[in-house]
Amino acid sequence: MATAALRVLEAEALHYRRAWRGSVVSTFLTPILYLLAMGMGLGTLVDRGAGTAELGLPYLEFLGPGLLAATAMQVGAGDAAWPVMAGIKWRRTYDAVLATPVAVRDIVTGHLAFTGLRLTLMATWFAVVLRLFGIAPLPRGLLAVLPAVLAGLAFSAPIMAFTASLKSEQGLTNLFRFGIVPLFLFSGTFFPVEQLPDALEPLAVVTPLWHGVELIRGAAVGFPTAWHPAAHVAVLVGFLTVGLVLAVRRLERRLLR
Amino acid sequence: MTDDPLVAARSLTKRFDGFTAVDGIDFQVRRGEAFGFLGPNGAGKSSTMRMIAAVSPPSDGTLSVLRRDPVTEGPAIRSRLGVVPQEDNLDLELTVHENLVVYGRYYGLPREECRRRADELLAFVQLGDRADAQVESLSGGMKRRLTIARGLVNRPELLLLDEPTTGLDPQARHALWDRLYRLKQQGTTLIITTHYMDEAEQLCDRLVVMDRGRIAAEGSPRELITSHVTRDVIELRFAVGEQDTHVATLDGLADRLEVLPDRILLYTADADVTEAAIASAGVRPEATVIRRATLEDVFLKLTGRTLVD
Repeated sequence: MATAALRVLEAEALHYRRAWRGSVVSTFLTPILYLLAMGMGLGTLVDRGAGTAELGLPYLEFLGPGLLAATAMQVGAGDAAWPVMAGIKWRRTYDAVLATPVAVRDIVTGHLAFTGLRLTLMATWFAVVLRLFGIAPLPRGLLAVLPAVLAGLAFSAPIMAFTASLKSEQGLTNLFRFGIVPLFLFSGTFFPVEQLPDALEPLAVVTPLWHGVELIRGAAVGFPTAWHPAAHVAVLVGFLTVGLVLAVRRLERRLLR
Repeated sequence: MTDDPLVAARSLTKRFDGFTAVDGIDFQVRRGEAFGFLGPNGAGKSSTMRMIAAVSPPSDGTLSVLRRDPVTEGPAIRSRLGVVPQEDNLDLELTVHENLVVYGRYYGLPREECRRRADELLAFVQLGDRADAQVESLSGGMKRRLTIARGLVNRPELLLLDEPTTGLDPQARHALWDRLYRLKQQGTTLIITTHYMDEAEQLCDRLVVMDRGRIAAEGSPRELITSHVTRDVIELRFAVGEQDTHVATLDGLADRLEVLPDRILLYTADADVTEAAIASAGVRPEATVIRRATLEDVFLKLTGRTLVD
Protein backbone atom coordinates (compact mmCIF):
# COMPACT_ATOMS: atom_id res chain seq x y z
CA MET A 1 0.00 0.00 0.00
CA ALA A 2 2.69 2.46 1.01
CA THR A 3 4.82 1.32 -1.91
CA ALA A 4 1.91 1.87 -4.32
CA ALA A 5 1.65 5.47 -3.10
CA LEU A 6 5.39 5.81 -3.74
CA ARG A 7 4.86 4.72 -7.35
CA VAL A 8 2.27 7.47 -7.74
CA LEU A 9 4.74 9.93 -6.25
CA GLU A 10 7.40 8.69 -8.67
CA ALA A 11 5.14 9.25 -11.68
CA GLU A 12 4.32 12.77 -10.52
CA ALA A 13 7.99 13.54 -10.07
CA LEU A 14 8.63 12.38 -13.64
CA HIS A 15 5.95 14.80 -14.80
CA TYR A 16 7.49 17.59 -12.85
CA ARG A 17 10.90 16.91 -14.32
CA ARG A 18 9.43 17.58 -17.74
CA ALA A 19 7.28 20.56 -16.84
CA TRP A 20 9.12 22.30 -14.01
CA ARG A 21 10.05 25.44 -15.95
CA GLY A 22 6.55 26.88 -15.90
CA SER A 23 6.11 26.59 -12.17
CA VAL A 24 9.61 27.75 -11.27
CA VAL A 25 8.90 31.30 -12.34
CA SER A 26 5.66 31.56 -10.39
CA THR A 27 6.74 29.87 -7.17
CA PHE A 28 10.34 31.05 -7.07
CA LEU A 29 10.32 34.48 -8.60
CA THR A 30 6.98 35.83 -7.35
CA PRO A 31 7.99 36.04 -3.65
CA ILE A 32 11.05 38.09 -4.60
CA LEU A 33 8.90 40.50 -6.59
CA TYR A 34 6.42 40.83 -3.73
CA LEU A 35 9.17 41.43 -1.19
CA LEU A 36 10.71 44.08 -3.41
CA ALA A 37 7.45 45.88 -4.14
CA MET A 38 5.46 45.50 -0.94
CA GLY A 39 8.22 44.84 1.56
CA MET A 40 10.81 47.38 0.49
CA GLY A 41 8.65 49.82 -1.45
CA LEU A 42 5.48 49.99 0.58
CA GLY A 43 7.28 48.88 3.75
CA THR A 44 9.38 52.03 3.82
CA LEU A 45 6.19 54.07 4.08
CA VAL A 46 4.67 51.76 6.68
CA ASP A 47 7.78 51.93 8.84
CA ARG A 48 7.94 55.70 8.50
CA GLY A 49 4.38 55.92 9.91
CA ALA A 50 3.02 54.04 12.89
CA GLY A 51 3.72 50.63 11.26
CA THR A 52 6.69 49.33 13.14
CA ALA A 53 5.32 50.42 16.50
CA GLU A 54 1.92 48.80 15.83
CA LEU A 55 3.34 45.60 14.36
CA GLY A 56 6.18 45.26 16.81
CA LEU A 57 8.67 44.65 14.01
CA PRO A 58 9.75 46.22 10.69
CA TYR A 59 7.18 45.65 7.90
CA LEU A 60 9.56 43.59 5.74
CA GLU A 61 10.05 41.15 8.62
CA PHE A 62 6.31 41.02 9.13
CA LEU A 63 5.61 40.43 5.46
CA GLY A 64 8.30 37.85 4.59
CA PRO A 65 7.02 34.94 6.71
CA GLY A 66 3.43 35.82 5.81
CA LEU A 67 4.27 35.54 2.13
CA LEU A 68 5.82 32.14 2.71
CA ALA A 69 2.57 30.94 4.27
CA ALA A 70 0.49 32.45 1.46
CA THR A 71 2.70 30.88 -1.21
CA ALA A 72 2.40 27.51 0.54
CA MET A 73 -1.36 27.91 0.40
CA GLN A 74 -1.29 28.69 -3.30
CA VAL A 75 0.97 25.75 -4.14
CA GLY A 76 -1.13 23.40 -2.01
CA ALA A 77 -4.42 24.64 -3.43
CA GLY A 78 -3.22 24.69 -7.03
CA ASP A 79 -1.86 21.14 -6.87
CA ALA A 80 -5.19 19.88 -5.54
CA ALA A 81 -7.25 21.67 -8.16
CA TRP A 82 -6.34 21.43 -11.86
CA PRO A 83 -4.11 18.34 -11.84
CA VAL A 84 -6.76 16.43 -9.88
CA MET A 85 -9.52 17.57 -12.22
CA ALA A 86 -7.38 16.42 -15.15
CA GLY A 87 -6.91 13.02 -13.52
CA ILE A 88 -10.62 12.60 -12.86
CA LYS A 89 -12.16 14.13 -15.92
CA TRP A 90 -10.09 15.91 -18.53
CA ARG A 91 -7.53 13.21 -19.20
CA ARG A 92 -8.94 10.38 -17.08
CA THR A 93 -5.47 9.34 -16.07
CA TYR A 94 -6.80 8.22 -12.68
CA ASP A 95 -8.89 5.58 -14.47
CA ALA A 96 -5.71 4.29 -16.06
CA VAL A 97 -3.93 4.15 -12.70
CA LEU A 98 -6.87 2.43 -11.02
CA ALA A 99 -6.82 -0.35 -13.64
CA THR A 100 -3.56 -1.47 -11.96
CA PRO A 101 -3.26 -2.73 -8.36
CA VAL A 102 -2.93 0.90 -7.21
CA ALA A 103 -5.91 2.04 -5.09
CA VAL A 104 -7.61 5.42 -4.68
CA ARG A 105 -5.95 6.00 -1.30
CA ASP A 106 -2.56 5.47 -2.97
CA ILE A 107 -3.39 8.11 -5.58
CA VAL A 108 -4.44 10.55 -2.86
CA THR A 109 -1.49 9.97 -0.53
CA GLY A 110 1.00 9.80 -3.39
CA HIS A 111 -0.30 13.05 -4.81
CA LEU A 112 -0.18 14.76 -1.41
CA ALA A 113 3.33 13.43 -0.83
CA PHE A 114 4.38 14.99 -4.11
CA THR A 115 2.77 18.30 -3.13
CA GLY A 116 4.68 18.02 0.16
CA LEU A 117 7.92 17.63 -1.79
CA ARG A 118 7.15 20.66 -3.90
CA LEU A 119 6.30 22.64 -0.77
CA THR A 120 9.57 21.60 0.83
CA LEU A 121 11.51 22.76 -2.21
CA MET A 122 9.63 26.05 -2.34
CA ALA A 123 9.96 26.76 1.40
CA THR A 124 13.66 25.95 1.39
CA TRP A 125 14.17 28.41 -1.44
CA PHE A 126 12.11 30.90 0.56
CA ALA A 127 14.46 30.51 3.51
CA VAL A 128 17.28 31.57 1.21
CA VAL A 129 15.23 34.56 0.02
CA LEU A 130 14.44 35.58 3.61
CA ARG A 131 18.17 35.45 4.32
CA LEU A 132 18.99 37.50 1.20
CA PHE A 133 16.54 40.20 2.26
CA GLY A 134 17.99 40.18 5.75
CA ILE A 135 14.64 39.11 7.21
CA ALA A 136 15.77 35.93 8.95
CA PRO A 137 19.07 34.08 9.33
CA LEU A 138 19.16 30.84 7.35
CA PRO A 139 18.65 28.43 10.30
CA ARG A 140 15.51 30.32 11.38
CA GLY A 141 14.23 30.39 7.82
CA LEU A 142 14.76 26.65 7.53
CA LEU A 143 12.89 26.22 10.80
CA ALA A 144 9.86 27.65 8.96
CA VAL A 145 9.97 24.95 6.23
CA LEU A 146 8.03 22.36 8.20
CA PRO A 147 5.15 24.66 9.20
CA ALA A 148 4.98 25.89 5.60
CA VAL A 149 4.70 22.32 4.28
CA LEU A 150 2.03 21.58 6.87
CA ALA A 151 0.07 24.72 6.00
CA GLY A 152 0.20 23.92 2.29
CA LEU A 153 -1.02 20.35 2.85
CA ALA A 154 -3.76 21.59 5.19
CA PHE A 155 -5.14 23.33 2.09
CA SER A 156 -4.31 20.63 -0.42
CA ALA A 157 -6.15 17.71 1.19
CA PRO A 158 -9.56 19.38 1.69
CA ILE A 159 -9.36 21.04 -1.73
CA MET A 160 -8.67 17.64 -3.28
CA ALA A 161 -11.90 16.45 -1.67
CA PHE A 162 -13.65 19.54 -3.03
CA THR A 163 -12.32 18.97 -6.56
CA ALA A 164 -13.38 15.32 -6.38
CA SER A 165 -17.01 16.39 -6.06
CA LEU A 166 -16.99 18.99 -8.86
CA LYS A 167 -18.78 18.47 -12.15
CA SER A 168 -17.03 21.30 -13.97
CA GLU A 169 -13.98 23.52 -13.61
CA GLN A 170 -16.16 26.54 -12.87
CA GLY A 171 -16.09 25.44 -9.23
CA LEU A 172 -12.31 25.70 -9.25
CA THR A 173 -12.37 29.19 -10.70
CA ASN A 174 -14.82 30.19 -7.98
CA LEU A 175 -12.70 28.55 -5.29
CA PHE A 176 -9.75 30.71 -6.24
CA ARG A 177 -11.75 33.85 -6.91
CA PHE A 178 -13.81 33.76 -3.72
CA GLY A 179 -11.60 31.63 -1.47
CA ILE A 180 -7.88 31.62 -2.12
CA VAL A 181 -7.45 35.21 -3.33
CA PRO A 182 -9.38 36.78 -0.40
CA LEU A 183 -7.46 34.58 2.03
CA PHE A 184 -4.22 35.69 0.44
CA LEU A 185 -5.21 39.31 1.02
CA PHE A 186 -6.91 39.16 4.41
CA SER A 187 -5.46 36.29 6.47
CA GLY A 188 -2.61 38.09 8.13
CA THR A 189 -0.11 38.07 5.29
CA PHE A 190 -0.04 41.79 4.59
CA PHE A 191 -1.48 43.11 7.85
CA PRO A 192 -2.51 41.59 11.20
CA VAL A 193 -6.02 40.10 11.30
CA GLU A 194 -6.74 42.39 14.28
CA GLN A 195 -7.04 45.16 11.69
CA LEU A 196 -10.05 43.43 10.11
CA PRO A 197 -13.58 44.50 11.08
CA ASP A 198 -14.55 42.56 14.21
CA ALA A 199 -17.14 40.51 12.32
CA LEU A 200 -14.54 39.20 9.86
CA GLU A 201 -11.80 38.42 12.32
CA PRO A 202 -13.16 35.01 13.43
CA LEU A 203 -13.48 34.08 9.75
CA ALA A 204 -9.76 34.53 9.22
CA VAL A 205 -9.06 32.49 12.32
CA VAL A 206 -10.91 29.36 11.09
CA THR A 207 -8.87 29.14 7.88
CA PRO A 208 -5.65 27.14 7.79
CA LEU A 209 -3.74 30.11 6.41
CA TRP A 210 -3.87 32.21 9.56
CA HIS A 211 -2.53 29.29 11.63
CA GLY A 212 0.22 28.79 9.08
CA VAL A 213 1.10 32.48 9.15
CA GLU A 214 1.30 32.46 12.94
CA LEU A 215 3.53 29.38 13.06
CA ILE A 216 5.84 30.55 10.28
CA ARG A 217 6.18 34.05 11.68
CA GLY A 218 7.00 32.52 15.05
CA ALA A 219 9.60 30.20 13.53
CA ALA A 220 11.25 32.68 11.16
CA VAL A 221 11.37 35.93 13.08
CA GLY A 222 10.53 34.76 16.61
CA PHE A 223 7.30 36.71 16.71
CA PRO A 224 5.03 35.41 19.50
CA THR A 225 2.22 33.21 18.12
CA ALA A 226 -1.42 34.06 18.87
CA TRP A 227 -2.17 30.62 20.27
CA HIS A 228 0.18 28.01 21.67
CA PRO A 229 2.17 26.64 18.68
CA ALA A 230 0.89 23.14 19.42
CA ALA A 231 -2.68 24.39 19.00
CA HIS A 232 -1.87 25.89 15.61
CA VAL A 233 -0.21 22.64 14.55
CA ALA A 234 -3.22 20.65 15.77
CA VAL A 235 -5.60 22.75 13.66
CA LEU A 236 -3.48 22.25 10.53
CA VAL A 237 -3.10 18.51 11.14
CA GLY A 238 -6.87 18.40 11.60
CA PHE A 239 -7.49 20.02 8.21
CA LEU A 240 -5.01 17.64 6.59
CA THR A 241 -6.50 14.50 8.17
CA VAL A 242 -10.15 15.31 7.55
CA GLY A 243 -9.34 16.44 4.02
CA LEU A 244 -7.46 13.23 3.31
CA VAL A 245 -10.28 11.00 4.52
CA LEU A 246 -12.88 12.99 2.57
CA ALA A 247 -10.77 13.06 -0.59
CA VAL A 248 -10.36 9.27 -0.57
CA ARG A 249 -14.05 8.70 0.10
CA ARG A 250 -15.26 11.10 -2.59
CA LEU A 251 -12.82 9.90 -5.22
CA GLU A 252 -13.78 6.30 -4.52
CA ARG A 253 -17.43 7.17 -4.93
CA ARG A 254 -16.72 8.98 -8.17
CA LEU A 255 -14.18 6.70 -9.84
CA LEU A 256 -15.25 3.25 -8.63
CA ARG A 257 -18.96 3.45 -9.25
CA MET B 1 -8.43 -27.29 -13.21
CA THR B 2 -7.52 -25.67 -16.54
CA ASP B 3 -11.13 -26.08 -17.69
CA ASP B 4 -12.22 -23.65 -14.98
CA PRO B 5 -13.65 -20.53 -16.58
CA LEU B 6 -11.42 -17.46 -16.30
CA VAL B 7 -14.47 -15.30 -15.80
CA ALA B 8 -17.85 -16.54 -14.57
CA ALA B 9 -20.93 -14.41 -14.00
CA ARG B 10 -24.31 -15.45 -12.67
CA SER B 11 -27.28 -13.04 -12.57
CA LEU B 12 -24.73 -10.23 -12.76
CA THR B 13 -26.47 -6.89 -12.30
CA LYS B 14 -25.38 -3.26 -12.25
CA ARG B 15 -27.69 -0.42 -11.25
CA PHE B 16 -26.94 3.32 -11.23
CA ASP B 17 -29.39 5.49 -9.28
CA GLY B 18 -32.45 3.49 -10.27
CA PHE B 19 -31.26 2.82 -13.85
CA THR B 20 -30.34 -0.80 -14.58
CA ALA B 21 -27.35 -0.92 -16.93
CA VAL B 22 -26.72 -4.67 -16.66
CA ASP B 23 -29.78 -6.78 -15.93
CA GLY B 24 -28.93 -10.20 -14.55
CA ILE B 25 -26.59 -11.71 -17.15
CA ASP B 26 -24.86 -15.10 -17.14
CA PHE B 27 -21.71 -15.88 -19.08
CA GLN B 28 -18.42 -17.73 -18.85
CA VAL B 29 -15.11 -16.96 -20.50
CA ARG B 30 -12.71 -19.86 -21.05
CA ARG B 31 -8.95 -19.68 -20.96
CA GLY B 32 -7.36 -18.89 -24.32
CA GLU B 33 -10.48 -17.79 -26.17
CA ALA B 34 -11.48 -14.43 -27.59
CA PHE B 35 -14.84 -13.63 -26.09
CA GLY B 36 -17.03 -10.79 -27.30
CA PHE B 37 -19.86 -8.63 -26.08
CA LEU B 38 -21.68 -7.41 -29.19
CA GLY B 39 -24.35 -4.77 -28.85
CA PRO B 40 -25.25 -1.16 -29.57
CA ASN B 41 -24.16 1.78 -27.40
CA GLY B 42 -25.89 1.68 -24.05
CA ALA B 43 -26.38 -2.10 -24.06
CA GLY B 44 -24.41 -2.47 -20.82
CA LYS B 45 -21.16 -3.72 -22.35
CA SER B 46 -18.85 -1.15 -20.75
CA SER B 47 -20.51 -1.53 -17.35
CA THR B 48 -19.92 -5.28 -17.57
CA MET B 49 -16.29 -4.68 -18.52
CA ARG B 50 -15.76 -2.37 -15.56
CA MET B 51 -17.12 -5.02 -13.20
CA ILE B 52 -14.77 -7.63 -14.69
CA ALA B 53 -11.89 -5.15 -14.36
CA ALA B 54 -12.62 -4.94 -10.60
CA VAL B 55 -13.20 -1.19 -10.62
CA SER B 56 -17.00 -1.29 -10.30
CA PRO B 57 -18.72 -3.42 -7.66
CA PRO B 58 -21.68 -5.48 -8.93
CA SER B 59 -25.09 -4.45 -7.56
CA ASP B 60 -26.30 -8.03 -7.57
CA GLY B 61 -25.42 -11.55 -8.67
CA THR B 62 -22.05 -13.25 -8.53
CA LEU B 63 -18.89 -12.64 -10.50
CA SER B 64 -15.57 -14.38 -10.32
CA VAL B 65 -12.51 -13.22 -12.23
CA LEU B 66 -9.43 -15.45 -12.33
CA ARG B 67 -11.23 -17.45 -9.63
CA ARG B 68 -11.24 -14.47 -7.29
CA ASP B 69 -13.87 -12.06 -6.01
CA PRO B 70 -13.43 -8.63 -7.67
CA VAL B 71 -14.98 -6.82 -4.69
CA THR B 72 -12.65 -8.14 -2.01
CA GLU B 73 -9.61 -9.12 -4.09
CA GLY B 74 -9.47 -6.22 -6.54
CA PRO B 75 -5.73 -5.54 -6.41
CA ALA B 76 -4.86 -9.25 -6.81
CA ILE B 77 -7.12 -9.48 -9.86
CA ARG B 78 -5.96 -6.22 -11.40
CA SER B 79 -2.34 -7.26 -11.14
CA ARG B 80 -3.11 -10.10 -13.60
CA LEU B 81 -5.40 -8.15 -15.94
CA GLY B 82 -4.70 -5.83 -18.84
CA VAL B 83 -7.20 -3.10 -19.63
CA VAL B 84 -7.61 -1.15 -22.85
CA PRO B 85 -10.31 1.44 -22.21
CA GLN B 86 -12.68 2.86 -24.78
CA GLU B 87 -11.15 6.32 -24.58
CA ASP B 88 -7.38 6.54 -24.60
CA ASN B 89 -6.23 7.82 -21.23
CA LEU B 90 -2.53 7.90 -21.97
CA ASP B 91 -0.33 10.37 -20.17
CA LEU B 92 0.02 13.16 -22.73
CA GLU B 93 2.83 14.85 -20.82
CA LEU B 94 5.13 11.85 -21.08
CA THR B 95 6.84 10.23 -24.04
CA VAL B 96 5.66 6.98 -25.59
CA HIS B 97 8.35 4.99 -23.78
CA GLU B 98 7.82 6.75 -20.45
CA ASN B 99 4.12 5.92 -20.55
CA LEU B 100 4.96 2.23 -20.51
CA VAL B 101 7.69 2.50 -17.88
CA VAL B 102 5.50 4.50 -15.49
CA TYR B 103 2.68 2.04 -15.98
CA GLY B 104 4.92 -0.93 -15.30
CA ARG B 105 5.98 0.75 -12.06
CA TYR B 106 2.34 0.84 -10.94
CA TYR B 107 2.47 -2.96 -11.08
CA GLY B 108 5.53 -2.89 -8.86
CA LEU B 109 7.98 -4.03 -11.54
CA PRO B 110 11.64 -3.05 -11.15
CA ARG B 111 12.66 -0.05 -13.25
CA GLU B 112 15.08 -2.01 -15.41
CA GLU B 113 12.44 -4.65 -16.15
CA CYS B 114 9.95 -1.89 -17.07
CA ARG B 115 12.38 -0.46 -19.62
CA ARG B 116 13.05 -3.89 -21.09
CA ARG B 117 9.35 -4.65 -21.43
CA ALA B 118 8.65 -1.19 -22.85
CA ASP B 119 11.19 -1.79 -25.65
CA GLU B 120 9.75 -5.23 -26.32
CA LEU B 121 6.13 -4.05 -26.36
CA LEU B 122 6.83 -1.03 -28.54
CA ALA B 123 8.37 -3.39 -31.07
CA PHE B 124 5.30 -5.63 -30.80
CA VAL B 125 2.85 -2.80 -31.51
CA GLN B 126 5.16 -1.41 -34.22
CA LEU B 127 5.97 1.82 -32.42
CA GLY B 128 9.65 1.14 -31.82
CA ASP B 129 10.72 4.15 -33.87
CA ARG B 130 8.39 6.45 -31.91
CA ALA B 131 9.70 5.58 -28.43
CA ASP B 132 10.87 9.10 -27.64
CA ALA B 133 7.97 10.91 -29.30
CA GLN B 134 5.41 12.83 -27.29
CA VAL B 135 2.13 10.92 -27.08
CA GLU B 136 0.27 13.96 -28.35
CA SER B 137 2.00 13.68 -31.74
CA LEU B 138 0.71 10.13 -32.40
CA SER B 139 -2.18 9.32 -34.73
CA GLY B 140 -5.38 7.77 -33.36
CA GLY B 141 -4.35 4.28 -34.43
CA MET B 142 -0.90 4.65 -32.88
CA LYS B 143 -2.37 5.89 -29.61
CA ARG B 144 -4.66 2.89 -29.50
CA ARG B 145 -1.74 0.53 -30.15
CA LEU B 146 0.22 2.25 -27.40
CA THR B 147 -2.74 1.80 -25.05
CA ILE B 148 -2.73 -1.90 -25.92
CA ALA B 149 1.01 -2.09 -25.23
CA ARG B 150 0.38 -0.40 -21.90
CA GLY B 151 -2.29 -2.98 -21.07
CA LEU B 152 0.26 -5.74 -21.70
CA VAL B 153 3.07 -4.37 -19.55
CA ASN B 154 2.24 -6.71 -16.64
CA ARG B 155 2.00 -9.73 -19.01
CA PRO B 156 -1.68 -10.28 -18.22
CA GLU B 157 -3.49 -13.60 -18.54
CA LEU B 158 -6.61 -11.73 -19.56
CA LEU B 159 -6.82 -8.60 -21.71
CA LEU B 160 -9.98 -6.50 -21.66
CA LEU B 161 -10.60 -4.35 -24.74
CA ASP B 162 -13.51 -1.93 -24.69
CA GLU B 163 -14.48 -0.89 -28.24
CA PRO B 164 -10.87 -1.30 -29.44
CA THR B 165 -11.29 0.12 -32.95
CA THR B 166 -14.02 2.74 -32.54
CA GLY B 167 -12.97 5.91 -34.32
CA LEU B 168 -10.13 4.31 -36.29
CA ASP B 169 -9.80 4.26 -40.07
CA PRO B 170 -9.98 0.87 -41.86
CA GLN B 171 -6.22 0.53 -42.25
CA ALA B 172 -5.60 1.24 -38.56
CA ARG B 173 -8.34 -1.23 -37.62
CA HIS B 174 -6.72 -4.03 -39.60
CA ALA B 175 -3.31 -3.27 -38.13
CA LEU B 176 -4.83 -3.50 -34.68
CA TRP B 177 -6.77 -6.70 -35.36
CA ASP B 178 -3.55 -8.24 -36.61
CA ARG B 179 -1.85 -7.51 -33.25
CA LEU B 180 -4.80 -8.97 -31.36
CA TYR B 181 -4.66 -12.22 -33.40
CA ARG B 182 -1.01 -12.44 -32.53
CA LEU B 183 -1.76 -12.05 -28.84
CA LYS B 184 -4.40 -14.74 -28.98
CA GLN B 185 -1.97 -17.10 -30.64
CA GLN B 186 0.42 -16.45 -27.78
CA GLY B 187 -2.25 -17.66 -25.37
CA THR B 188 -3.68 -14.42 -23.99
CA THR B 189 -7.40 -14.59 -23.29
CA LEU B 190 -9.24 -11.63 -24.82
CA ILE B 191 -12.55 -10.08 -23.85
CA ILE B 192 -13.76 -7.56 -26.41
CA THR B 193 -16.77 -5.29 -26.52
CA THR B 194 -17.81 -3.93 -29.86
CA HIS B 195 -20.77 -2.59 -31.76
CA TYR B 196 -19.17 -3.55 -35.07
CA MET B 197 -20.39 -6.91 -36.32
CA ASP B 198 -17.40 -7.29 -38.62
CA GLU B 199 -15.07 -6.87 -35.66
CA ALA B 200 -16.99 -9.47 -33.68
CA GLU B 201 -16.85 -11.90 -36.63
CA GLN B 202 -13.15 -11.27 -37.20
CA LEU B 203 -11.94 -11.51 -33.64
CA CYS B 204 -14.32 -13.52 -31.48
CA ASP B 205 -14.37 -17.28 -31.02
CA ARG B 206 -17.53 -16.90 -29.00
CA LEU B 207 -19.74 -13.97 -28.19
CA VAL B 208 -22.91 -12.85 -26.51
CA VAL B 209 -25.32 -10.44 -28.16
CA MET B 210 -26.28 -7.79 -25.62
CA ASP B 211 -29.25 -5.49 -25.71
CA ARG B 212 -30.64 -3.22 -22.99
CA GLY B 213 -28.61 -4.84 -20.22
CA ARG B 214 -29.55 -8.41 -21.16
CA ILE B 215 -28.00 -11.19 -23.17
CA ALA B 216 -30.12 -11.96 -26.23
CA ALA B 217 -28.07 -14.85 -27.61
CA GLU B 218 -24.78 -16.68 -27.21
CA GLY B 219 -22.51 -18.73 -29.46
CA SER B 220 -19.77 -18.59 -32.07
CA PRO B 221 -20.38 -16.10 -34.89
CA ARG B 222 -21.16 -19.00 -37.23
CA GLU B 223 -23.51 -20.71 -34.76
CA LEU B 224 -25.38 -17.49 -34.16
CA ILE B 225 -25.86 -16.91 -37.85
CA THR B 226 -26.95 -20.45 -38.70
CA SER B 227 -29.29 -20.78 -35.74
CA HIS B 228 -30.97 -17.39 -36.02
CA VAL B 229 -30.93 -16.39 -39.69
CA THR B 230 -30.73 -17.96 -43.15
CA ARG B 231 -27.55 -18.24 -45.17
CA ASP B 232 -28.40 -15.57 -47.75
CA VAL B 233 -29.89 -12.12 -47.58
CA ILE B 234 -31.37 -10.09 -50.43
CA GLU B 235 -31.55 -6.34 -49.87
CA LEU B 236 -34.02 -4.42 -52.01
CA ARG B 237 -34.15 -0.64 -52.33
CA PHE B 238 -37.06 1.16 -53.95
CA ALA B 239 -37.79 4.65 -55.20
CA VAL B 240 -39.08 7.01 -52.51
CA GLY B 241 -42.61 6.13 -51.39
CA GLU B 242 -42.75 2.87 -53.38
CA GLN B 243 -41.44 0.48 -50.73
CA ASP B 244 -44.72 0.00 -48.84
CA THR B 245 -46.64 -1.09 -51.93
CA HIS B 246 -44.37 -4.14 -52.39
CA VAL B 247 -44.33 -5.51 -48.87
CA ALA B 248 -47.44 -7.66 -49.30
CA THR B 249 -46.18 -9.11 -52.61
CA LEU B 250 -42.75 -9.95 -51.21
CA ASP B 251 -44.12 -11.56 -48.07
CA GLY B 252 -44.05 -15.28 -48.62
CA LEU B 253 -41.27 -15.21 -51.23
CA ALA B 254 -38.62 -15.68 -48.52
CA ASP B 255 -38.31 -17.37 -45.11
CA ARG B 256 -38.53 -14.04 -43.40
CA LEU B 257 -38.97 -10.38 -44.30
CA GLU B 258 -37.46 -7.43 -42.49
CA VAL B 259 -38.77 -3.98 -43.43
CA LEU B 260 -36.35 -1.17 -42.58
CA PRO B 261 -37.01 2.53 -43.23
CA ASP B 262 -34.76 2.57 -46.32
CA ARG B 263 -34.82 -1.04 -47.57
CA ILE B 264 -36.40 -4.47 -47.36
CA LEU B 265 -34.37 -7.52 -46.35
CA LEU B 266 -35.36 -10.99 -47.50
CA TYR B 267 -33.87 -13.94 -45.65
CA THR B 268 -33.58 -17.08 -47.75
CA ALA B 269 -31.62 -20.31 -47.97
CA ASP B 270 -31.11 -19.83 -51.69
CA ALA B 271 -30.78 -16.32 -53.05
CA ASP B 272 -30.98 -17.32 -56.72
CA VAL B 273 -34.37 -18.99 -56.33
CA THR B 274 -35.79 -16.07 -54.37
CA GLU B 275 -34.39 -13.51 -56.78
CA ALA B 276 -36.12 -15.27 -59.64
CA ALA B 277 -39.36 -15.36 -57.68
CA ILE B 278 -39.13 -11.62 -57.02
CA ALA B 279 -38.69 -10.95 -60.74
CA SER B 280 -41.57 -13.17 -61.77
CA ALA B 281 -43.81 -11.49 -59.16
CA GLY B 282 -43.24 -8.31 -61.14
CA VAL B 283 -41.39 -6.42 -58.40
CA ARG B 284 -38.80 -4.01 -59.87
CA PRO B 285 -36.54 -2.57 -57.15
CA GLU B 286 -34.12 0.28 -57.84
CA ALA B 287 -31.25 -1.73 -56.43
CA THR B 288 -30.70 -5.33 -55.39
CA VAL B 289 -27.85 -6.57 -53.22
CA ILE B 290 -27.30 -10.25 -52.50
CA ARG B 291 -25.02 -11.11 -49.61
CA ARG B 292 -24.27 -13.64 -46.89
CA ALA B 293 -26.05 -13.14 -43.55
CA THR B 294 -23.98 -11.46 -40.82
CA LEU B 295 -24.21 -10.87 -37.09
CA GLU B 296 -25.97 -7.63 -37.94
CA ASP B 297 -28.86 -9.74 -39.23
CA VAL B 298 -28.80 -11.82 -36.05
CA PHE B 299 -29.03 -8.66 -33.99
CA LEU B 300 -31.85 -7.31 -36.12
CA LYS B 301 -33.78 -10.58 -35.76
CA LEU B 302 -33.29 -10.71 -32.01
CA THR B 303 -33.97 -7.09 -31.14
CA GLY B 304 -35.80 -5.59 -34.10
CA ARG B 305 -33.15 -2.89 -34.29
CA THR B 306 -29.87 -2.27 -36.11
CA LEU B 307 -26.52 -2.19 -34.30
CA VAL B 308 -25.27 1.14 -35.56
CA ASP B 309 -27.82 3.83 -36.16
